[in-house]
Amino acid sequence: MHASRLAEQFETIEKQEHAARLAMWVFLGSETLLFGALFALYGAYRVMYEGEFVESLHHNDVLLGTTNTVILITSSFTVALAIHFVRASRSGLAALMLGVSTLFGAAFLVVKFTEYAAHVREGVLPAGMYSLAAGQQPPGGAIIGATLYWLMTGLHALHVVAGMILLAVVGIGCARKVYSAERYVAVENAGLYWHLVDLVWIFLWPLFYLTD
Amino acid sequence: MSEATIDADLPAVDPRGAGAEEPDYLRAETSVRSWLLTKDHKRIAIMFYASVIVFLMLGGLFALILRTELLTPEKTIIDANTYNQMFTLHGVTMVWLFMIPAIPGAFGNFVLPLMLGAKDLAFPRINLASYYVYALSAIIMLTAMLAGGADTGWTFYVPYSSTSPTAVSWMGVGIFVNGVSSIMTALNFIVTTHTLRAKGLSWHRMPLFIWSIYGTSVIILFATPVLGMSLTLVALDHSFGLGIFDPRYGGDPVLFQHLFWFYSHPAVYIMMLPAFGVISEVVCSFSHNPPASYRAIAYSSLGIAFVGFFTWGHHMFVAGMSEFDAGIFGALSMFVAIFSAIKVFTWVATLRGGSISFATPMLYFLWFLFLFVFGGMTGVAVATQSLDVHWHDTYFVVAHFHFIMVGGTLTSFLAAAHYWFPKMFGKLYDERVGLLTSVAVFIGFVFTFLPQFLLGNAGMPRRYYSYPEQYQWLNVLSTGGAWLLGAGLLLTLANLVIALKWGRQAGPNPWGSRSFEWITASPPSKHNFESTPLVERSAYEYDLPEEVARARVPAR
Repeated sequence: MHASRLAEQFETIEKQEHAARLAMWVFLGSETLLFGALFALYGAYRVMYEGEFVESLHHNDVLLGTTNTVILITSSFTVALAIHFVRASRSGLAALMLGVSTLFGAAFLVVKFTEYAAHVREGVLPAGMYSLAAGQQPPGGAIIGATLYWLMTGLHALHVVAGMILLAVVGIGCARKVYSAERYVAVENAGLYWHLVDLVWIFLWPLFYLTD
Repeated sequence: MSEATIDADLPAVDPRGAGAEEPDYLRAETSVRSWLLTKDHKRIAIMFYASVIVFLMLGGLFALILRTELLTPEKTIIDANTYNQMFTLHGVTMVWLFMIPAIPGAFGNFVLPLMLGAKDLAFPRINLASYYVYALSAIIMLTAMLAGGADTGWTFYVPYSSTSPTAVSWMGVGIFVNGVSSIMTALNFIVTTHTLRAKGLSWHRMPLFIWSIYGTSVIILFATPVLGMSLTLVALDHSFGLGIFDPRYGGDPVLFQHLFWFYSHPAVYIMMLPAFGVISEVVCSFSHNPPASYRAIAYSSLGIAFVGFFTWGHHMFVAGMSEFDAGIFGALSMFVAIFSAIKVFTWVATLRGGSISFATPMLYFLWFLFLFVFGGMTGVAVATQSLDVHWHDTYFVVAHFHFIMVGGTLTSFLAAAHYWFPKMFGKLYDERVGLLTSVAVFIGFVFTFLPQFLLGNAGMPRRYYSYPEQYQWLNVLSTGGAWLLGAGLLLTLANLVIALKWGRQAGPNPWGSRSFEWITASPPSKHNFESTPLVERSAYEYDLPEEVARARVPAR
């Protein structure tokens, strides 16, 4: 059974799985730097426009942001459970947990888009589209804060979508009993990716909702 | 030679018995489909090789048009607008389509698994995909060139790049896609080095080329995403007015420069570290000597990879930086020179007491040494704030980075092309023609760029279309050098292409190298080794006779 999925360049299945895991960690390191560029801009602009920058953050709803944090942390927990179950060869339960996690991802997006809709109504949009009720332009620091908010949460939302796809794919794999105690590195890797998505939000949440 | 004894041993090991020799990777399958869908790292390497040569010629053509235009102070062959596009296209083509993928894509792909005693890279499908993603990026960039081009220079500085009427956004998309390909290759190399080393091949037994490719991969992984993001922001600004760097919406254009150079300064080492790797192999193989200090060369690569992340500010001395910051960035930049000097002295010391054979790759090593030391010393000079203010944005800087980056990458690319030619194709190129074309390339190179140091020092700004008459004679020299360089490169290509068909058979190890890629047949079979090797020595045991060294890498 092992022989069929052992690629010819690897000598043992353990090495092959080690390679897959290592690749995921290296990839996540690279992903971190993609967000890193935006976090650097956030830091620079926030220092540059001390007072004005936080003005744009007042439009964010702390309750919705915190709800989303709870949703994502819970989803990370259910993903961890899924990995626990697949290791114990309880693939059905693992599939269930992955399904639940995917739904948590969807719930996150629903909350996020509710918030985006409120921003659009208020006119809190990136760059030149940002306007106050009276039609005049807000100060530069506030605009850049809003631009960064849209960029960073938008990029994060894209990652949520990608993560949901990964979770769904390995979830279906678990339901079909492709993954079990003998073979679960794909499930682990999808889980690792989801944890990154969660972790990025853990940084976005204080930066855009809690600090004033 | 030693092959006879090994062949005699084979039947005992090889279950297929004697006479069942596997065809080499070039002849294993011949259909077009078998090439396009191959997962063999050697064939993917050949596809990268062919592509980067095409882009070297294209980028070289752009350069020749530029140099020809600069023959006279006013218009010579193209108008100012075309000229602006031409230097952008030259930079973009050479940096992203030639220099960054050249050595890792072509030679790294080919020899890295062979040096590790592996059958392939860890992820052959990702490897194939990385080639097609690279090809896609090239198509996007070429389409952008046809659909309006770009006239911003390869650095895409805002605010001009956000407002330029040319196809800046598409160029940005192309470079982003190109970065995805680099990251895929880098990830593959890192995981392969960790997981597919042959039994007995500890980290300090690996050929030095692996260390430099490893260092390169680390830089690619951590710098490329930042470039991808900064060019995405420029593209979003250009297409949709996102304004993240636009002062009207609170943005700061200088922050773009910080992000851009956070990638693009390490990118210089993405181009240089593979070159160092090639040079380390060539020096040892052609002086038949182990490196004077293995660890010095290996660790200085990692040192450069690390320090390279903290030097970007030296591109921005005149962008409104405090003198204190400039001093720090200048001093950090000079650390790179320390690591580079460690390498240079170690290479030179390696020659001592060696039995040196003056083949073409060795001659390229000497050119490399000259260009690298000269370019490096001028680098220390421009890292000094007081001097840089005078030279900033002049031809001095153009000459400096061409000497070190292009001189270093090009000479070692050509050294690799000759050194590994027998390995890749099983044939020998004509040595006399090789040496002659190498001299032509070097003289052409020096004549192209040495006058530019003088031009820059005399005050000629870079990227200008017209210039005062007193600069003309130096420009004429530079243009003449460029044509000679172009001719030298074409003849080099012709020499190698002719050798493909008419070259003498090379035998498995024509240079008498002890490195592991020469243990197997040249060209290797599809699976690289008859059976997985066991490594009982380092890659540079030149004190052993060849047969003994061969016997210490037995089949398992």
